[in-house]
Amino acid sequence: MTQKRLSIALAGNPNSGKTTIFNNMTGIRQKVGNWPGVTVEKKEGYVKKYGYDLKIIDLPGTYSLTPFTIEEIIARDFVLEERPDVVIDIIDASNLERSLYLATQFREIDCKVLFALNMADVARSRGFKIDDKKLSELLDVPVVFTIGNKNQGIDTLLKKAIELAESSYEIPIKRRVKYSKDIENSISSIEHFLRNWTEGAIPYNIRWTAIKLLEDDKIVKKRVLSKAGKNSQKILQKVQIHRDFLVDRFDDDPEIVMTDERYGFIAGIIREVFTTSTKQRIDISRNIDLILTNRFVGFPIFIFFIWAMFQLTFSLGAYPMEWIDIGVNLLSKSLAHVLPNNLFKDFLLNGVIAGVGSVVIFLPNILILFFCIALFEDTGYMSRAAFLMDKIMHLIGLHGKSFIPMLMGFGCTVPAIMASRTLESEKDRMLTILITPFMSCSAKLPVYIVLAGAFFSARAGTVIFSLYLAGIILSIITGRLLRSTLLRGADAPFVMELPPYRAPMIKSLLIHMWDRSKIFLRKMGGIILVGSVVVWTLAAFPHNIQYSLDYNSEIAKVKASYGAEIETAHEFDKKLLAKKRDHIVAELIKAKKAEKAEKSFMGSIGKVLAPIFAPIGIDWRGSVALLTGFVAKEIVVSTMGILYATDATDDSAALTNALLSSDMTPLGALAMMVFVLLYMPCLATVAAIRRETGSFKWMIFSVVYSTLLAWGVAFCIYQGGKILVT
Amino acid sequence: MLLSEMKENQTARIVHVGGNGALRRRILEMGILKGSEVYVEKYAPLKDPMELIVKGYHVSLRVEEAARISVDNVK
Repeated sequence: MTQKRLSIALAGNPNSGKTTIFNNMTGIRQKVGNWPGVTVEKKEGYVKKYGYDLKIIDLPGTYSLTPFTIEEIIARDFVLEERPDVVIDIIDASNLERSLYLATQFREIDCKVLFALNMADVARSRGFKIDDKKLSELLDVPVVFTIGNKNQGIDTLLKKAIELAESSYEIPIKRRVKYSKDIENSISSIEHFLRNWTEGAIPYNIRWTAIKLLEDDKIVKKRVLSKAGKNSQKILQKVQIHRDFLVDRFDDDPEIVMTDERYGFIAGIIREVFTTSTKQRIDISRNIDLILTNRFVGFPIFIFFIWAMFQLTFSLGAYPMEWIDIGVNLLSKSLAHVLPNNLFKDFLLNGVIAGVGSVVIFLPNILILFFCIALFEDTGYMSRAAFLMDKIMHLIGLHGKSFIPMLMGFGCTVPAIMASRTLESEKDRMLTILITPFMSCSAKLPVYIVLAGAFFSARAGTVIFSLYLAGIILSIITGRLLRSTLLRGADAPFVMELPPYRAPMIKSLLIHMWDRSKIFLRKMGGIILVGSVVVWTLAAFPHNIQYSLDYNSEIAKVKASYGAEIETAHEFDKKLLAKKRDHIVAELIKAKKAEKAEKSFMGSIGKVLAPIFAPIGIDWRGSVALLTGFVAKEIVVSTMGILYATDATDDSAALTNALLSSDMTPLGALAMMVFVLLYMPCLATVAAIRRETGSFKWMIFSVVYSTLLAWGVAFCIYQGGKILVT
Repeated sequence: MLLSEMKENQTARIVHVGGNGALRRRILEMGILKGSEVYVEKYAPLKDPMELIVKGYHVSLRVEEAARISVDNVK
């Protein structure tokens, strides 16, 4: 027997405990994705209960249904267009008055809605008493008390939701917000026009549509225009007349007056259903805040928390990273033994396994970081961090919460970009994502160490510090630039709720952490895989190179001649000669590698690109190194090692000497370091940008912008420096 | 008097919320509107933003935004 399917949408304010209820309803049977076209998380879960197949959709947390933020548009559009069978509005019972603002809007929108008065225990402990029967009667809505974190009332809630879904529905005429006389008159005349002039083409509740038109709601206006046909202009003209009249009458915009009146209506309800005992308990949350946002110790504590998060992510994460590294190497080595030497083996080992390995290795970082962030969010500390940092971040045109992703950027840009998910405003998120790559990540450090060490030995520390500083300064400049051009628009007001501190639930922390990490593994794996294969192909082909020297026979010759010599030599000289032989053979292998790199497609591309890099003092070898750095920034060093014909990974002194004896100047090295600091982010980061901005355009923008900026700054340094030196 | 001029631990009644467009509406929707009682819990360590208690919950507002809100009955 197929069971009947019902869809239930969970709505509510942020911090109302909505996610906890969702987790309790669905357990781990969740599907996490993004809402189409945007980066807001979409969560769905499936439950079989009371003979029904229930699909639960967790809508983004919102304070209102004004199409002001992307979350609100999503929540509203879902209710309007997808028409869930029931909407459950989760209300924080200890915060009833403000929560009812959203609730009254659901009442207006013409959908089957049910109220869950959540955190009933908190409300009770604070001495609040809510008359649920009265509330239910006044708004004509079923009301259920729940305690989400103790899983109480959830079953009743589902039962009531099913009941409501199966009941026949009448529009509750008397239970809606009643506005003042002039506004009501305008509403009914617009309703009249809508009814008579659109022939039922408006798919929404007519009164609600009229209210939204009167509020000058851009989205509803556009939909009316597209659906109402030939009379739509006429309707909008009538609306404008009414708006003008009301502006004149109230000396304010109708939407403002109506917001006022909705709160007036809510105040009336509160008077009837809400009583509070005079005895106020001690507010633990406020006491915690006396310390955590204290004038003197607030910042030190914040810095400690961030430091601890950083340490956990990158130090603790280093152990499992090592295990993964060992595991990948083991796999690679054992496959190397088993498989015959051919192109496929090279492809599998150096292309696929090396590429995928380079992603999987980030997993411990990502898991730990997201666990910490979930902890900050679920306890309520995240909004305090934003509260502390906002003044500083606002100078760059950013929100206080942007601080965390930017700081993480010093470790690794990939988790940093994913951490920007905590930002509510899409513009803030984009901006943060675009400037985070300028934070000098840990993979860039080896490049600095090699170059600065070789050319600025005594002042290497100062040079490296200046590079970090330059990254920060350029991110600030970029931030300001984008804020006043592509991502223009007024800052979202900083009306941010500081919710009471709550003990985190381990289950929801783990769900939170795993959901986000899963996305990382699944989606980025694909892009990285493709990218690594491309880079491998460029480096491995053409496969049959015409070497300038027959290295293999040369090696054989060397071995043979030394072999003969060793035979006849004294016992004492034997070791010396063997050492000498090994050295020459190694030199030949290196030379072969270097020539192979030079003659591969990658080398050819490097040579083609050389004229572009020449003005910034980088030769073709540097160009190739930078190109391979696209896979991961550390690779710049190992490529330089191969191309400058030394073995960098084992002996960094050798590379230093080779660099010093090459025609690279200190100025060229500086230009190259600046280029590495700024140029296009690595493959994993580009994949993360694509993922988190939800658009190829922003990804391309980031790549192009950063590379141009890198070239420009390196050019100024190299050419400017040359003028200064001469 | 402006909300931004209030000191910590003072209470007042909101008289008018200025500003324009969507930003102003957002502030109103959060319950910071004419007639509401507002309590200044604290200023952030860098003196901006400020933490208020309004309609029984804690909310933060930047000082420049609070400067568009006038209050009376300051106690």
